[in-house]
Amino acid sequence: MTVALFIPCYIDQFYPNAAIATLNLLKKLNVDVVYPINQTCCGQPMANSGFEHLTQSCNDLFVKNFSGFDYIVSPSGSCTLHIKDHLHSDEQEDLALGIRSKIYELTEFLTDILKVEHLTASFPHKVGMHQSCHGQRGLMLAQMSELVQEPYSKPMRLLNMVSGLEMITLNRPDECCGFGGTFCVAEEAVSAKMGKDRVADHVANGAEYITAADMSCLMHMEGILRRQNSNVKVIHIAEILDAQEY
Amino acid sequence: MNTAGKDHAQLSDVFNEDEARVNWHDETLWFVRAKRDKAAHNIPEWESLRENASQIKDNVLSNLHDYLISFEANAEKNGIKVHWASDAEEHNKIVHAILKEQGVNRIVKSKSMLTEECHLNEYLQHNNIEVIDTDLGERIVQLAEEPPSHIVLPCIHKKKEEIGELFHEHLGTPEGMSDPVFLTAAARVHLREKFITRKAAITGVNFAVAETGEFVVCTNEGNADMGAHLADVHIACMGIEKIIPERKHLAVFLRLLARSATGQPITTYSSHFKKPRPGQTMHIILVDNGRTTQLSRPDFRNSLKCIRCGACMNTCPVYRRSGGHSYHTAIAGPIGSILAPNLDMKKYADLPFASTLCGSCTNVCPVKINIHEQLYKWRQVIVKEGYADPKKAMAMKAMEFTLSKPGVYRSAGKTARWFLKNTPFAVNNKLNPWYKQRDMPEVPKQSFGEWYKQHKND
Repeated sequence: MTVALFIPCYIDQFYPNAAIATLNLLKKLNVDVVYPINQTCCGQPMANSGFEHLTQSCNDLFVKNFSGFDYIVSPSGSCTLHIKDHLHSDEQEDLALGIRSKIYELTEFLTDILKVEHLTASFPHKVGMHQSCHGQRGLMLAQMSELVQEPYSKPMRLLNMVSGLEMITLNRPDECCGFGGTFCVAEEAVSAKMGKDRVADHVANGAEYITAADMSCLMHMEGILRRQNSNVKVIHIAEILDAQEY
Repeated sequence: MNTAGKDHAQLSDVFNEDEARVNWHDETLWFVRAKRDKAAHNIPEWESLRENASQIKDNVLSNLHDYLISFEANAEKNGIKVHWASDAEEHNKIVHAILKEQGVNRIVKSKSMLTEECHLNEYLQHNNIEVIDTDLGERIVQLAEEPPSHIVLPCIHKKKEEIGELFHEHLGTPEGMSDPVFLTAAARVHLREKFITRKAAITGVNFAVAETGEFVVCTNEGNADMGAHLADVHIACMGIEKIIPERKHLAVFLRLLARSATGQPITTYSSHFKKPRPGQTMHIILVDNGRTTQLSRPDFRNSLKCIRCGACMNTCPVYRRSGGHSYHTAIAGPIGSILAPNLDMKKYADLPFASTLCGSCTNVCPVKINIHEQLYKWRQVIVKEGYADPKKAMAMKAMEFTLSKPGVYRSAGKTARWFLKNTPFAVNNKLNPWYKQRDMPEVPKQSFGEWYKQHKND
């Protein structure tokens, strides 16, 4: 099985550790991982701003970079969802559709494809799980509080395999952090307020770390935590699943 | 709040100046959302009920013409006079003509979002007809000379102390009195006199049954009934999408409506109006006002399934923190943001962007409108029609240029990281909206791509 690693642009530029942990984790699980070196961005920042018509060159580049693999795996629910829903090619639509059916967010890939039952990771800290909206409501990584359905959570199931880790419970388990791409600057007041409220829920419930399957939400909450000089840190879920802290 | 000329982001800025109030507003509406969750979870078949409702509405939208014609025929058979209005202006004129013919210049009106959409109150007042809103929340915002901020909870943005002040000024309650029971009793006395003395009553319509020609009005206060039963003339105003095929379909919608709206099993009153009582005249105005245009847009037509429960507002993390008035339209929140651009794309070009696309609205919607997907689609339409900020369009083109060329992307990333590290003052300033309340990310030594080049053979 050969897996192409898709590292979203902002993770590549600002959070390489999340990407390195993803790569390590997949290697540890005996997956053949290839990182197509010419990858950039899924095009979501433009598309969500109403400029989907400008994303064709990003789409074409994505198809060029990611065709021909068994799976494409990414440590981002949001970017994965964007590709799944919107990747399109005028000339090679079959390849685009193939990618759309083969792309997985990391925790969903570990759960549904690799069927991981145990991990050797250790992370002795109190951790709060932030359910990113696109991962949760888009990719259905976890039960949604609005729906009447049986509880489940792919990321939480994996976190429960990490020794020493203590999950905290939140007052609002799946409220949006307010990042929202360009929303975070276009609607600064509401975006920052949403972020502050989300962070406060984790802090009030004793989290040392806030984790998520999406780095963009974490980047947003990190910006707020650091402004508040908080000791609480953010960490991508791949880094916890790959951690060897005792 | 004066909303003139301001967009959602600017109005939200104003709303967020008082953070304690934002907290209060957020928690109040979250409480309603939590009640809704509890009510939904008490119905094991909740999700199939939603699916059922959605499919009934699919049928309605596909056969709207036939259902409306049969509703008209059956209603007229029952002795109701049916009117058709193509837009808000025609609707308002019809109401005015009926009142004029009856020589009525003072009326009571129960809750109707359609009449808000048509700005009926302003129109009638302009024509020297006094309108008293009889829903308590609506009466409060009417006294405050404000529009409702929520379709189910019109004065949810007002604290009880503020209502106490309003009542002191307008209804003569003691100064400083803010006890809800006392204030409600004062409102009852005040409204009772209006009910008894007004000769005409306007109500909204929650559901109109094609099969029988009857219509159903849901309230908690019984004010629609008080108005209609005491008046010589009853005028019911409805959007054409409010039709349902048969009476039995109420069994689906009445179970969903109040649970979704407030977490109640059912509204206190679900009143069926079928024919005028002896001596009374009853009118129904069927209003299009852009609905057939929306019906013709394949991506947006199912927004017409909306039963106006307000669940999407209560759950929306943006609405809770920006307030209903920040949407500067009669129907606020996520559903309003997909309805309003259909009426005036330029004026409401900001609304589909007033969302993080979190999708919670879609999940609570009792008729399964894909609200967040429609917000995304409206963004594309608005940009294509030329209503995007030219500065944003330029930034997007620059982004596209950078992200579509791996070499340009890599050197731009490197440059950006260098500046962020060495000249933090270039981004850590007032011109950067991110920096106002959030720090910038720390700059790593190298990108993942750079790291990978060095380590790929490890």
